[in-house]
Amino acid sequence: MDTLMLSRLQFAFATFIHFIFVPLTLGLSIIVAMMETKYVRTGDETYKRMAKFWGKLFLINFALGVVTGITLEFQFGTNWSRYSTFVGDIFGSLLAIEATAAFFLESTFLGVWIFGWNRLSPKLHCTSIWLVACAANFSALWIILANGFMQHPVGYVIRNGRAELSSFLEVITNPYGWNAFLHTVTGSWALAGFFVIGVSAWHLLRKQHVDFFTKSFRIAAGFALVSTLLVAAVGHRQGNIVAEVQPAKLAAMESHWETQKNAPMYLFAVPDPDNEKNSIEIGGIPSLLSLMAFNDPAAEVKGLKDFPAEDRPPVTLTFSAFRIMVGLGTAMLILAVLAFIARHHPEEASHKLLKVFLWTIPLPYIALQAGWAVAEVGRQPWIVYGIMRTKDAVSPIAAHQVGISLAAFFVVYILLASLDIYLLAKYARSEPH
Amino acid sequence: MDLGTIWFILWGVLWAVYFILDGFDLGIGSIMPFFAKSNEEKRIMYNAMGPFWDGNEVWLITAGGVTFAAFPKTYAVMFSALYTPLMLLLFALILRGVSFEFRSKIDSPGWRKLWDTCNFLGSFLPALLLGVAFANIFKGIPIDQDGILHGNLLTLLNPYGLAGGLLFVALFAHHGALWLAFKSEGDIHDRAVALAGKLWPVVAGLVVLFLVMSLMMTQLFANYLVNPLLFIILLVAVAGLVLTMTYRKAGRILASWGASAVLIGSAALFGVVGIFPALLPSSLNPAYSLTIQNSSSTPMTLAIMLGVALVFVPIVIAYQIWTMRTFSHPVTKADLDYEEAY
Repeated sequence: MDTLMLSRLQFAFATFIHFIFVPLTLGLSIIVAMMETKYVRTGDETYKRMAKFWGKLFLINFALGVVTGITLEFQFGTNWSRYSTFVGDIFGSLLAIEATAAFFLESTFLGVWIFGWNRLSPKLHCTSIWLVACAANFSALWIILANGFMQHPVGYVIRNGRAELSSFLEVITNPYGWNAFLHTVTGSWALAGFFVIGVSAWHLLRKQHVDFFTKSFRIAAGFALVSTLLVAAVGHRQGNIVAEVQPAKLAAMESHWETQKNAPMYLFAVPDPDNEKNSIEIGGIPSLLSLMAFNDPAAEVKGLKDFPAEDRPPVTLTFSAFRIMVGLGTAMLILAVLAFIARHHPEEASHKLLKVFLWTIPLPYIALQAGWAVAEVGRQPWIVYGIMRTKDAVSPIAAHQVGISLAAFFVVYILLASLDIYLLAKYARSEPH
Repeated sequence: MDLGTIWFILWGVLWAVYFILDGFDLGIGSIMPFFAKSNEEKRIMYNAMGPFWDGNEVWLITAGGVTFAAFPKTYAVMFSALYTPLMLLLFALILRGVSFEFRSKIDSPGWRKLWDTCNFLGSFLPALLLGVAFANIFKGIPIDQDGILHGNLLTLLNPYGLAGGLLFVALFAHHGALWLAFKSEGDIHDRAVALAGKLWPVVAGLVVLFLVMSLMMTQLFANYLVNPLLFIILLVAVAGLVLTMTYRKAGRILASWGASAVLIGSAALFGVVGIFPALLPSSLNPAYSLTIQNSSSTPMTLAIMLGVALVFVPIVIAYQIWTMRTFSHPVTKADLDYEEAY
């Protein structure tokens, strides 16, 4: 394999693993902050124990989120140096602002929170976890605004052989970036909500620490329901934005080949990119695609055939990932409603339902990874949509260098991820102190 | 002063602050296997850096981010040309980062030993690699007009690069011993002070060696000869070196650590000022060097970034100082019994 392919694999793998850890921290930090706030307000020690119990799970995961994030920042320089030179004027500044305005705050106050239980007043201590939670989500905003520029470049001019900033305001108000940010963070909150619901269900199934896990379940159920509703709403808007600014991605998401008005959506389809059609199409609902994409049943939806073959994203992967994301999102919405109904007495819910909640834990993870795949794979062959191709972005380095580092990433990350999951499971099953 | 020059100075200062702050963590990790006699002593060492190391490491991320934002071409060439050492650095930092969180999570000697080893490698290797990398940058690296490195990892392990690596390792170990002394009491405090005392002549010797080698093997002094006022930086470094010893002998450990911080900061700035206006000098041909002029972002980006830095960096410094004051107490038995302690 050449440097390009190896670098793509390395970045995709590193992002994939990073994105296993980060979503949980985005949501769990807020849930822990809510628990601690309740403790400060009511003085009820159970909520303090809850903040500590869930906080421990948050911390195990946080460490890996941070270390895998650092390598991503540096990979732009190591593996994508031509990209870095081309867009540094805009993209680099967003990363630098993320570090200065958000990541410092998050990392510093996390240390304060961990070591400050006996050294700070309860209010000040509670403030530190809120700072961590806000900074973590604020950090996501800058990263996704940076990604937003890759998806829908705005506020730039091409000059001196690179993209130069022409309007910072446009860059930081990029509608693609903001909506993708909202979609990602609300999805991450939902993930954290289902994580707490699932772990609580495991303890409730065993009738242990019932009060503790009922209260945890209740907070998480409300949080998960609000989050899943928001994900769906923001997700619909995301589809509209993609339809407008990345028509090739939209066509790939739907495996939509022919440009047409009143475009239908199929309940089931199997893409056949080699023959530029779908080998199977079942259950077409007329005009639904036009309606979903443009909020107008008569709207024209551009088909893949209208894009030169070299400008089309990988169809099957984008299409399947999108189906997985939407399917799991729908399932999560139903499960969130069930959890919300059961929230007052989850310990009385049927064993079956509690078991379902336990097995729900992986679903949002898969949904989020699939969503990321839609966004990133669907953007190909562009690294910056419409301006720079991925193949022109790679560093002029030897393939064996990337090959070795990729192998090292693979071994180290898989080991660390396994340990992380092992420790999460161990501490999730432990008795709250 | 133009925006490019301002950012060049800030770039140097960011790296210097990173070396000062993460320097003591990396130093404590590097001396741990030779210093700690028991698990409890190791825990005191871990908890001496516990509340700080994560915030300290962000200075590295910011230094990287600022290089990307203000000098994208330098960022691109620096990190792709130094691919292998940088990847080693990243893996080392990954292992160190998780070692803090994982070490105390399973109560087994083998498990702890694993993460102690990771913490050592994750501290010693970055100190060495950063020293080697920066010494090579100070000397100039063999990059051509396309920013492609002519050479490999072994090219970087030349005598001057190795001297830089050893200097960093010694500076950080000494700095870490002083921080440990500040954050501990009793026997471990006394031994940490004694270790700093033993490391001091090593540091002093390597500082002198590095300066002599710089004089003989690099162009670093050219700027100083043009503007002799700059020799103040060297004077400050020497003052830091001497004061860290006098304060230590007077039992003023925090002041001694501060003097060591001044030494580390001015040592970094000494090199950065020496290569001005290049950020990445080429040893093949000065025309291939990446400079403020040929690698910086547009004035608009530099101005916006300056605004962001002027607002946020003072705030960051303020809360990080507050954090250090809040946790300035020595690590005691009670701290080790604390549920969340490492």
